[in-house]
Amino acid sequence: MSADNGIGYTPGGCHMCLAIPGKIIEIASDNPNSALVDVVGMRRKVDLGLLQDDMPVSGDWVLIHVGFAMSKISEVDAMDQMRTLEMLGECEAAVQEVRGYGLEDLEDKQAS
Amino acid sequence: MKYVDEFRDPQLITRAAEEIKRLADPNKHYRLMEVCGGHTHAIYRFGLKDVLPPNIELIHGPGCPVCVLPMGRIDDALSIAADSDVIFAAFGDMMRVPGTNGSPLEHKARGMDVRIVYSPSDAIKLAKMNPQKHVLFFAIGFETTAPSTALTLLRAKSEGLHNFSVFCNHVTIIPAIRAILDSPDMRLDGFIGPGHVSTVIGCRPYEWIAKNERKPIVVCGFEPVDLLQSIVMLLTQLQKGEAKVENQYKRVVPWEGNRAALRAMAETFQLRPYFEWRGLGFISQSALRIRDEYCEWDSEQRFHIPGIRVTDPKAAQCGEVLKGVLKPAQCKLFARECTPENPVGALMVSSEGSCAAYYNYEHRKAALVTSIGSAA
Amino acid sequence: MSSGAKLGVAAPKIRFREPQIEMAHGAGGKASRRLVEGLFTPFFFGASTDPLGDAAHLSINGAQLAVTTDSFVVKPLVFPGGSIGELAVNGTMNDLSVSGARPEAIVVGLILEAGLRTDVLQAEIQTIANAAQKAGVRIAGGDTKVVEHGKADGMYISTTGLGTLLPGVEVNPQSVRPGDKIVLSGPIGDHGITILLARGELEMEGDLRSDTRSVFPLVEALVKAAGPGVRWMRDPTRGGAATSLNELARDCGLGIVLFEDTVPVHDAVRGACELLGLDPLHIANEGQFLAVVASEFAEAALKALQTTAGGEEARMIGEIREQPAGSVLVMTLYGGSRIVDMLVGDPLPRIC
Repeated sequence: MSADNGIGYTPGGCHMCLAIPGKIIEIASDNPNSALVDVVGMRRKVDLGLLQDDMPVSGDWVLIHVGFAMSKISEVDAMDQMRTLEMLGECEAAVQEVRGYGLEDLEDKQAS
Repeated sequence: MKYVDEFRDPQLITRAAEEIKRLADPNKHYRLMEVCGGHTHAIYRFGLKDVLPPNIELIHGPGCPVCVLPMGRIDDALSIAADSDVIFAAFGDMMRVPGTNGSPLEHKARGMDVRIVYSPSDAIKLAKMNPQKHVLFFAIGFETTAPSTALTLLRAKSEGLHNFSVFCNHVTIIPAIRAILDSPDMRLDGFIGPGHVSTVIGCRPYEWIAKNERKPIVVCGFEPVDLLQSIVMLLTQLQKGEAKVENQYKRVVPWEGNRAALRAMAETFQLRPYFEWRGLGFISQSALRIRDEYCEWDSEQRFHIPGIRVTDPKAAQCGEVLKGVLKPAQCKLFARECTPENPVGALMVSSEGSCAAYYNYEHRKAALVTSIGSAA
Repeated sequence: MSSGAKLGVAAPKIRFREPQIEMAHGAGGKASRRLVEGLFTPFFFGASTDPLGDAAHLSINGAQLAVTTDSFVVKPLVFPGGSIGELAVNGTMNDLSVSGARPEAIVVGLILEAGLRTDVLQAEIQTIANAAQKAGVRIAGGDTKVVEHGKADGMYISTTGLGTLLPGVEVNPQSVRPGDKIVLSGPIGDHGITILLARGELEMEGDLRSDTRSVFPLVEALVKAAGPGVRWMRDPTRGGAATSLNELARDCGLGIVLFEDTVPVHDAVRGACELLGLDPLHIANEGQFLAVVASEFAEAALKALQTTAGGEEARMIGEIREQPAGSVLVMTLYGGSRIVDMLVGDPLPRIC
């Protein structure tokens, strides 16, 4: 049977930049460069060869591109980014609030 | 989906969009270029233009490797694969790219052995499963994909695989950005920087854009929140008169890049003195070829290449659209002779190409008379 | 595709210009439509402008019948959730159901590849018999041909289905009006992705099953609750929901707006689509259907589906509007939007 799989034109289907986060479930016992990665219930075999300098372990999240792990995903940085995003607009709101108090109240604010 | 859904949170998107509206000076018109085809695609897929104020214009850059591949290279590869003992293996995106005598898929319909692979490792597997045939892997992509090809070459050599070779079309992103900035017709205020290329090359290679060209550049992720946050960061820099490289995609992109990936590339590739980019012409030091030590796995060394050069029809204005000088709809052939089903030019061929993305996701929206309003 | 119109007398005007048939012509998307409209319609349906539906409603000597035909080419023959035999029976019944008919009988044509193992064939015959019995449908006959080894991927099945018209419902894209709601019976994408994974060419696995089933019980419930308000129905097989809805938009000349966050998709399908760069809206389904229902009946329609076994995940996913005329627009919660076109090319050949 031929490995025929004529994936043609799919609006949205370009592999060149397509990279997706996945969680490492298991490193292959016979090959430390091969891991099974989970993407919401889809399990995919991924090559870890590009992460030799800092190999991920089971439970780590990695960015997958054409079957290779390109980078570890930093949970700390992701959460940091989330915090920054959640605060968007709040800084401005806080500044406006302070302006609204006027100078006389500045001491009160510094005391609190 | 973790690390995906959070970055598609409608509330965060709305908040970022409001911050953009607040930061954008109503008396200014901002021209920001997203270099990477994946960003072009994400912008359309998530309908982000709908949430940006009208004075922010997103210009699509040349970061679509299929779009900038000269047709002659496909012809060359297909001429090797015309031999019945050769299997032509490539990513799905390549399958419908037209050569002079048809696309790989059309050649398959006429009897050529053409296989889709999702990874260069699949191509090696094919070679092992078909010892009587030679597998030609059509490698394409920027620095995001080149390391995977590099590792594959290393593997092929260490395993002594003889029926496998790579037809290498990898190109590098910096010369493409330089070509944009050198273009006299181009006026840009800042760059939404490549995301996945940067996981490999890091952020340093962009420093000259900030220092010499005085343009801010923010390395950006691919989710809607990433794109909007990057625009916030660009506007903030512009407001302060700054021009620096920032990394918005910190959770994935290391500032120093991926050393192991760069090592693998250095081991297996070297820069070609020049390479032709469809729509942009010849650019020096902009593409990779396989090193002589790996010549046995280099299709161009193993086989005779006709070296076909094909010029695009004059009416196709791909070059100008590629450089962001023209919008897709401004090309005379757009949506008439040139459609995703019958692509004339490079930018309609790949779904990341600005013409294809615009056609698929956008151009009929322009016909809307009344405003759509928000979801129920 | 079927039409009840009479043959025109004028010489057929062929609009199909392509020199040979490609895989894309069978994908269910744009190319398929060009073939059908450009080559088949001129010969079969003459000057008729009747839109092509899933089944034809014929009036023969006073008897009202629905008739449809379908072919099944699937690789692999057996996959999680079903097999080609099940697709054949369910698919035929679904075409009848969504045309507003009760499936009554099918005839089965088999094209078998020389070398096909008897136990494999027997399993499919058993499956066909079981599926028909479960649905209360008679197998009225069949035909068998054998072709050389190397053709037919094991087996191809072709069916013709007959049904009686359901009272109180008449589906016609011309009856669709702005303000009508779009209802989907359940999650999309399961079948196509299951087949793709079952081929084993990807280094990918998941816990997915084909959604193949007869949707007649759901259609019946819908018609009972909302019959006078049901304007159009279709089962989105090849080409997915996007293709079916684009066809509707073209046929009725109105616009379709879908709300992305309301479209049900199983996580594993979503993951596979993200990994492969596919859109669930373009993936084939074998156990779902779309319905356009007048807004005053929409709530009742949805409730009827959700309270019928198998319809729990039914959702209202969009509505008909004046604009964008002829197109399908998908909207996000944050106000972003994108056009979704009919399928171009063939992302997943031989899936149903």
